Amino acid sequence: MMDEGTELSLTIAQIVQRLKATHLHSQIERQAKECLHRPEIQLESLKEDVRNFLKASGWERKLQNAVYRELHVQPLPSHPAAPPEHAKEPLAYMRKAQVNWEKRILKSLNSMCTELGVPLARKRPAVEQKELTNKWNEMGTDEPGKWTSSQSICSDRRLNTPSYSISHDSQVLISLRNPNHDSSEEASAKSHWGLIQVPLHDRDIPQMREAYSELSLTTGQLGIDDHTHVPPDLFESEHTRIGKKVVNEQDSAAAQQYSRQGCPTGLRADLWALILNSTNEPEDVMHYEQLKAGVIHHDLLVDNLIYKDVKLTASNDDYYFVFEDFLYQVLLCFSRDTAVLEHFSYNSATPPKSYIQGKVGVEEFAVVYPPNGVIPFHGFSMYVAPLCFLYNEPSKLYSVFREMYVRYFFRLHSVSSSTSGIVSLCLQFERLLQTHLPQLFYHLREIGAQPLRIAFKWMVRAFSGYLSTDQLLLLWDRILGYDSLEIVAVLAAAVFAFRAENLMEVTSLTSAEAVLADLSTLKVMPLIQIFLFATVI
Amino acid sequence: MSKNKTAGYKGPYGYQKRREGDGEWDFNWCDVGWLRENFDHSYMEEHVRICHFRNHYELTRKNLMVKNLKRYRKTLEREAGRIEASKCDFFPRTFELPSEYHLFVEEFKRSPGSTWIMKPVARSQGKGIFLFQKLKDIMDWKKDGSRSEEQRDETQVESYVAQRYIENPYLISGRKFDLRVYVLVTSYIPLKAWLYRDGFARFSSTRFSLTSIDDQYVHLTNVAVQKTAPDYDPEKGCKWQMQQLRRYLTARHGTETIEALFKDVDNIFVRSLQSVQKVIINDKHCFELYGYDILLDQDLKPWLIEVNASPSLTASSQEDYEMKCCLLEDTLHIVDMEGRLTGREKRVGGYDLMWNDGPVYREDVNLETLGSACFTANTHLGCVNDRKKQLRQLLKPFPSKKRI
Repeated sequence: MMDEGTELSLTIAQIVQRLKATHLHSQIERQAKECLHRPEIQLESLKEDVRNFLKASGWERKLQNAVYRELHVQPLPSHPAAPPEHAKEPLAYMRKAQVNWEKRILKSLNSMCTELGVPLARKRPAVEQKELTNKWNEMGTDEPGKWTSSQSICSDRRLNTPSYSISHDSQVLISLRNPNHDSSEEASAKSHWGLIQVPLHDRDIPQMREAYSELSLTTGQLGIDDHTHVPPDLFESEHTRIGKKVVNEQDSAAAQQYSRQGCPTGLRADLWALILNSTNEPEDVMHYEQLKAGVIHHDLLVDNLIYKDVKLTASNDDYYFVFEDFLYQVLLCFSRDTAVLEHFSYNSATPPKSYIQGKVGVEEFAVVYPPNGVIPFHGFSMYVAPLCFLYNEPSKLYSVFREMYVRYFFRLHSVSSSTSGIVSLCLQFERLLQTHLPQLFYHLREIGAQPLRIAFKWMVRAFSGYLSTDQLLLLWDRILGYDSLEIVAVLAAAVFAFRAENLMEVTSLTSAEAVLADLSTLKVMPLIQIFLFATVI
Repeated sequence: MSKNKTAGYKGPYGYQKRREGDGEWDFNWCDVGWLRENFDHSYMEEHVRICHFRNHYELTRKNLMVKNLKRYRKTLEREAGRIEASKCDFFPRTFELPSEYHLFVEEFKRSPGSTWIMKPVARSQGKGIFLFQKLKDIMDWKKDGSRSEEQRDETQVESYVAQRYIENPYLISGRKFDLRVYVLVTSYIPLKAWLYRDGFARFSSTRFSLTSIDDQYVHLTNVAVQKTAPDYDPEKGCKWQMQQLRRYLTARHGTETIEALFKDVDNIFVRSLQSVQKVIINDKHCFELYGYDILLDQDLKPWLIEVNASPSLTASSQEDYEMKCCLLEDTLHIVDMEGRLTGREKRVGGYDLMWNDGPVYREDVNLETLGSACFTANTHLGCVNDRKKQLRQLLKPFPSKKRI
């Protein structure tokens, strides 16, 4: 292991390297040059004066925010001699499982391609390009297959493939085993009752009480202390005042800390953009326009997966159906954004490669497919839908979504040992349940209703589409605030705890599912708070 | 309720409309047709309640509503000045045809290229409505003195209103919507009106298409199965609850802006009711639940489209059904046949007292607070509706409270 000092220098060097290539860097350089004309800049104290100027004009803050952002997306520090895949995922068996899973997805994508006789990508004829440009803001009105090479593809049964449905994902996780782990010590009270059988480290409630101290019973929360009968002077007014200040100061780190207690509805859009350092500068808008141009020029096979997903999930949702057009505008562009490829340095997944016809295996003829390396799956649009509530400018919406994806959402559908990864979340959920609701867990197991079978779909979507929008946004406030998806697992356990009485009465998986079918009336913060801080240990 | 004779019986909504032949009823939830035929011949005892005012159409027929609003505005301008009168500018320029045809033409010519909407005065549910931009499209309504008596009798045109079409409605994701809000009036003199917290936004259904979904999709996941089940109703997806809308607007525009918007909406209710206050035949037996249709434009200005005397109580979804049941239940609580209320309540279930012969404020107004400048209106449209809790506290089983 490297010592802390070396680690720090390495991190700094990496961040400096990355920031040197950004537009912000050239902007600050230009500002520094231009400020030389100013009267307060003296030759004797040049460095000091320029620094002060940059601080006063807000540029230092922007730089701070950019550095803060880089820290979020840094790969895990590792030994200099370690191969790059260790940064993606340190555990070998996890890497292997991920690779195998990817192989299957790719295989099914390719066979879909061959069977249906549709190319992975095709250039649109000029007439079609023109039409799509005109219809850009209302793609939702058309038949999903209209803009793809195969009209019938979207209704094709063969889209029910491993690449597409999440039930297959959970299978992959359930079959994960650590080859170095000796599980010969069988069935004891200490053995794990759940479906996930990997020995990953997770936190117990006492540890989480410390980590999530801002959620404690004695601390004010949005989602609890803004309720009608609580006078606003007690918490809400002051919290909102502080929120406005944070937005004025444009401080990412402060915004993240603030978000732990929830963001007021009127400030949330700005606060999240600040936490994610999502700017809407001309270059961001231009980048989005370029992606849009990419969509107009070429049609990709994966677009069908997007159309189908939107029609089936978001369009059917009472809250999100309105945003159908936005979802196409974001997701189609997302598929073509090669900037997303950067996150694969810390994602255990590897972008699929496609080869020019006839040159399979020849690296010079390989391209990443889709361009952003992420194959959409059923429910993917639900990561975007709640954001439509906050942002109505497509480029801003896109910028926020992309950052949320490369920080959090990607972990929900790749096999890794990360504490925010879906494997850890599932394990965390099961362990919490087994430790604090053993009777319930045992009962559900006996009737063939393993809790994870029900909770898995909630966690994969970070509860999007299951909670009412305002509650979901309160939950995502905390995901951003704590920079971790762990809270999702806690909520899943808390939901089971809440409905424990009813669940003890059921006698089948179907009836257990029925008890937990409708989460739209749940208030997430009280549930989480009670589970973390009022559970008897 | 079951102890008294009522014209209703417990049905799916709890109470259902029914007409009794012999007129022996304590509570009548009737339709306007019945009212028109029977009100004048009915003798009503002290305690009896009926759900319409005799001449409610002064507010609910489009031409009369506009006539009353215009008159009220003029009075206001004369008595209180132009600024005060401008608070009544929440309805688009409207003319009754054929009677105001010439006035309409003057206005029409003043704004070339504008779009107008023609609405029949007495029909509902959008029947007979059309848009036009050219005068020739409405030639039938031209008031022409040259036509002979016989001609005029033969070809009697239906009364319509021509209204300036709001061409810049507020859109959510490119879709137009309007708001349905419920206002309960229990008395016109003095004016006492309640505003219900729930309501909904109705999105235009033209952008929403489910025709491509077919049974093949059923095989994917459980979520898909639920939503594509045989009883799934595509229309269901076209409504947002008021709370949802309010949250969305607040997230987009900030708390202060949207609070100001809802204040403007309150203003519409109060002034429209004030405009017919002197015209409506007040009757202590009468109460009325109005369904207001409001449209927002891109500048976040609310416009009054129309007022319905018999707002639809059919439900388009489970959520809608529950909301309407609660709405009816709370309406009955306020009508208070059982005499449980003191008459001093500012809130009953989901209803907030909006106007009680004067504005009603959330804060208690007394000598001490009178000097303070910040009073907030006692309205909570689109806010949390914890009615069950409130009702439990309000209707605690105490020894009988007499009505004042």
